Amino acid sequence: MSTKKLGRGVALVGAGMSKFGAFPDKSSRDLFVEAFQSMRQSVDKDFDPTDIETIYIGNFSSDLFESQSHTAPIMADVVGLASRPATRVEDACASSGVALRQGILAIASGLYDVVLVGGIEKMTNLPTAEVTDTLAAAADTLYEIPAGFTFPGFYAAIASAYMHKYGMKPEHLMNVAIKNHENGALNPNAQFGMTIAAWMEGRKASAAKKGKPIPTWQNEMDFLHDDSANPMIAWPLRLFDCSPITDGATALLLVAEDIAKQFTDHPLHIIGSGQASDVALHDRDDLTTINAARLASQQAYGMAGVTPKDIRVAEVHDCFTIAEVVATEDLGFFAPGEGFKAAEDHVTARDGAKPINTSGGLKSKGHPVGASGAGQAVEIFKQMRGLAGKRQVAGDIPLALTHNVGGTGGTCVVHIYERRD
Amino acid sequence: MAMTAERPFTAASFTQFLNEKKLMGSHCIHCDKDFLPPRAICSQCYSDQLEWVEFSGKAKLAAFTSIYIAPTAMIAAGFGRENPYLAGVVELEEGVKISAQILGLDAKKPDQVKIGTPLKVEFVERGEGETKQTALAFRVE
Repeated sequence: MSTKKLGRGVALVGAGMSKFGAFPDKSSRDLFVEAFQSMRQSVDKDFDPTDIETIYIGNFSSDLFESQSHTAPIMADVVGLASRPATRVEDACASSGVALRQGILAIASGLYDVVLVGGIEKMTNLPTAEVTDTLAAAADTLYEIPAGFTFPGFYAAIASAYMHKYGMKPEHLMNVAIKNHENGALNPNAQFGMTIAAWMEGRKASAAKKGKPIPTWQNEMDFLHDDSANPMIAWPLRLFDCSPITDGATALLLVAEDIAKQFTDHPLHIIGSGQASDVALHDRDDLTTINAARLASQQAYGMAGVTPKDIRVAEVHDCFTIAEVVATEDLGFFAPGEGFKAAEDHVTARDGAKPINTSGGLKSKGHPVGASGAGQAVEIFKQMRGLAGKRQVAGDIPLALTHNVGGTGGTCVVHIYERRD
Repeated sequence: MAMTAERPFTAASFTQFLNEKKLMGSHCIHCDKDFLPPRAICSQCYSDQLEWVEFSGKAKLAAFTSIYIAPTAMIAAGFGRENPYLAGVVELEEGVKISAQILGLDAKKPDQVKIGTPLKVEFVERGEGETKQTALAFRVE
């Protein structure tokens, strides 16, 4: 594969998000205003929002979630930028990761110098079964959904193939959930920002208060094995293997590299960008890997001139625990069949050799699908700038990566960020 | 009903064949590759010279799950938390793979289901009257 370069350099100089959660009284536009204001506050120097020339909004399905299509001009309007070209990008759960890439390409083309990238999703208006149906529309509705598959079901099938090939046990996946909730507990924007241990103690306290028998779970693993505490969703995936249904919005400010110092003394240079697609899950030769992720990361590494070893921290698409395991292999952090041991061995912990999903990941932070890809960049912005508070990874972070997947891997987009100062 | 050779390579034709209890895909005359679901353009050699091919229906289980939180269509068919079902990816003896419901195994004991289990195609009718649809399933041999 030839290594392609951007036409000119692009820097990330601002990043913000709304709180993630369930907000009955807020629509996606309200959440986007919060994300935009949070992004503005993150820009170090004077920044005039009217300098923004164009807007890319990642949004999977406000059409079905909110009965609202054509969302990009509305988002431009609510932040006072109504006349700017505003474009919605839809690639399922990779929508705002791909919107980020579109923003990068718009600057690299030379056409724009200042670009707003956003992501929105308002999912909690619908009952769970209808959310399941809406998400299922990101699969092949003609040939996959009639089999009875759901999104947890697809990733569960990937897990079944992975367990068969490599000997992984469901407990290995539980370790991923425990790790990501430990990170999310330190993220004030997380939807389920508590450790699984705290969750367990909360359930015990609640039972005691109601005068019910107090569950006898000894530890987190005990809790996670209990069908009543952690019900099966799609074997082998249980509730705590799945990311939640979430409302949320994210916003990023991209500028041409040569003007980045007008916005901050600490720009993050986006030195690698890759995107690839793949066929329906059943059409793939190997069900234990996502080929689009392999291809997208190879493009990004090639463009950046770096290797997986060079990446200090990464936010990867853990819509399900198995997805994090597969992602860390597809990105070249671990050999095929080795990734499932990483959480248990604390390699992917905040103080491990390769911290993964310090934000809490989609698992704990929440997964407002169209907002999640740009949300990963928000965490990388905070970590690389030393703004991550209690969950800050120690030491310098010269290189970091985001990995955002749509569907079962029909889309994958990967970005690599560099801090040079 | 149109003769096999005249039917376009569409999802509607595929479904029509399922109603006739046939598992049909397309075969590239130029490079000999089989496709299931059927496709109109060969993704290997880009030829548009394809013909319908009927698959034997003999398969083995390649990946699976037991689904407890069901989509609305499966809830309507009586499935859910108390009555989970198996969905899977099967590999046909001709080498192609497809998604299908898996029958004849205990969905409440998924840890006893084995990848590689031999299966045979089954055509399952869901719904009644106008909404009647034939779904693709595979049953343990």
